[in-house]
Amino acid sequence: MAHSSHAARLLSLSAAIEECVRDGDVVAMEGFTHLIPYAAGHEVIRQQRKRLTLIRMTPDLLYDQLIGMGCAEKLVFSWGGNPGVGSLHRLRDAYENGWPQPLEIEEHSHAAMANAYEAGAAGLPCAIFRGYIGVDLRHVNPNIRSITCPFTGEELAAVPAIRPDVAIIHAQRADREGNVMLEGIVGVQKEAVLAARRSVVTVEEIVDDFGPRSPNTVILPAWTVSAIACVPQGARPSYAQGYYKRDNGFYIAWEGIARERASFLAWMKANVLERQSGDCSAARVSGARA
Amino acid sequence: MTQDLTEYTSAEMMTIAAARTLRNEDVCFVGIGAPSAACNLARLTHAPGITLIYESGTIGTRPSVLPLSIGDGELCDTALTTVSVPEMFRYWLQGGRITVGFLGGAQIDRYANLNTTVIGPYEKPKTRLPGGGGAPEIASHCREIYITMAQNRRAFVDKLDFITSLGHGTGGDHRARLGLKTQGPTRLLTDLCIFAPDPVTREMIVISIHAGVTREQIAANTGWEVRYATNAGVTPPPTREELQVLRELHERTRAAHA
Repeated sequence: MAHSSHAARLLSLSAAIEECVRDGDVVAMEGFTHLIPYAAGHEVIRQQRKRLTLIRMTPDLLYDQLIGMGCAEKLVFSWGGNPGVGSLHRLRDAYENGWPQPLEIEEHSHAAMANAYEAGAAGLPCAIFRGYIGVDLRHVNPNIRSITCPFTGEELAAVPAIRPDVAIIHAQRADREGNVMLEGIVGVQKEAVLAARRSVVTVEEIVDDFGPRSPNTVILPAWTVSAIACVPQGARPSYAQGYYKRDNGFYIAWEGIARERASFLAWMKANVLERQSGDCSAARVSGARA
Repeated sequence: MTQDLTEYTSAEMMTIAAARTLRNEDVCFVGIGAPSAACNLARLTHAPGITLIYESGTIGTRPSVLPLSIGDGELCDTALTTVSVPEMFRYWLQGGRITVGFLGGAQIDRYANLNTTVIGPYEKPKTRLPGGGGAPEIASHCREIYITMAQNRRAFVDKLDFITSLGHGTGGDHRARLGLKTQGPTRLLTDLCIFAPDPVTREMIVISIHAGVTREQIAANTGWEVRYATNAGVTPPPTREELQVLRELHERTRAAHA
């Protein structure tokens, strides 16, 4: 919310993460299956950020990797699996066995988190919606409360607004002034950036002009973004509509890589820790069947 | 893969039975996995006009292969429109515009409450499952809910470890007492049979048994004492067209995700 009045600065990925992500931060890396900011997340791992509270509706493989590398002490989420494949084994190992460190969780439904991001973007303290009716999550998560409509008397669910220290997203394009454009499945990325104090956006390319587009294309004006880094293929193994497809083969292969601690650590060492910032799109899907 | 269109597996029977429940005029919120196969089979056979909606924001999508995730590019490429996730949950789901929510789950009880959160205690689970995602609000906001799950004693249990999404609660008028006006689960399609709620108790009872399946098999694979509708019949076996379209869909999907 405390966005500076000047425009987003174009930085290298390592400089953008260095400047915007701090130990102990509340971090939201969003992208609903599409446009997941893998390159930026890997840079957070390389820079060994610690004690992060990670927020994300669907933790996906990216948070499995951050959790397994010891970056997180808490996870706020609503669906923690490998879509269409099975478990996130590093998330489970951290939560069930405390490896590599204990992981606190705050669990919600998708509706609650989507509403909470929107409330954060709107500067409200909480989100109000009709939800969590007759289910057990409200008994185990003290942040799920209720509020009575002053007009109708209906009891509605309330959850705190999401207000991250930093939001990290990937988008298709930025222009030279630092305006950001994204399209396709846009998820909660606009809300996450507007809810956060700082934001990092990686993009497929920097263009002189966005060119012909619908007037309703999602645009984040330069003055709402802290830093932009140009990282082609920065979402792989997720995807960028109009650029490359989701690498479903890698999502399937991750099951075998992440199931055991040793194979996970070996993969992270070879494909993240020993790679250069943002220059590892092939490495990010290493192990996928050809 | 067999090209014999007279033989079929119990999994194929389940998907086909699930697909048949959908109507051409339905607006259906699609869960990933088994529900997604059933919904797209319906669209490719008897319900070409059905509106399929995935929680990633894609409305009126017509994928030629089954998505691996809820947000594959194929869903967006073929959708009538794609909206943000907050809009999807607020205007379209909470707004009451969905006729059918199609769900799966890890565990189900006799009142069709679902668990996809934990096996064992929440704080110290034996198995941590992915969690609810969109299901808690899909289960309460869609006009009715269809569920499809393979039937076995690990999944069909007497008592859930955790209620992730509400079916008929403890039965009777439980949903109405919670202020819900929606119908909750009206069909449960398994690989053995089809359940529907008893009109009074709302317990899920068998209304149709798939061809060749016995009541002993159903009892052996269910963690509660199954009751049967007095007029419980036999599910018609898959037609040649249903099997062919389903197998071609799976074949295209395998090739696309390899």
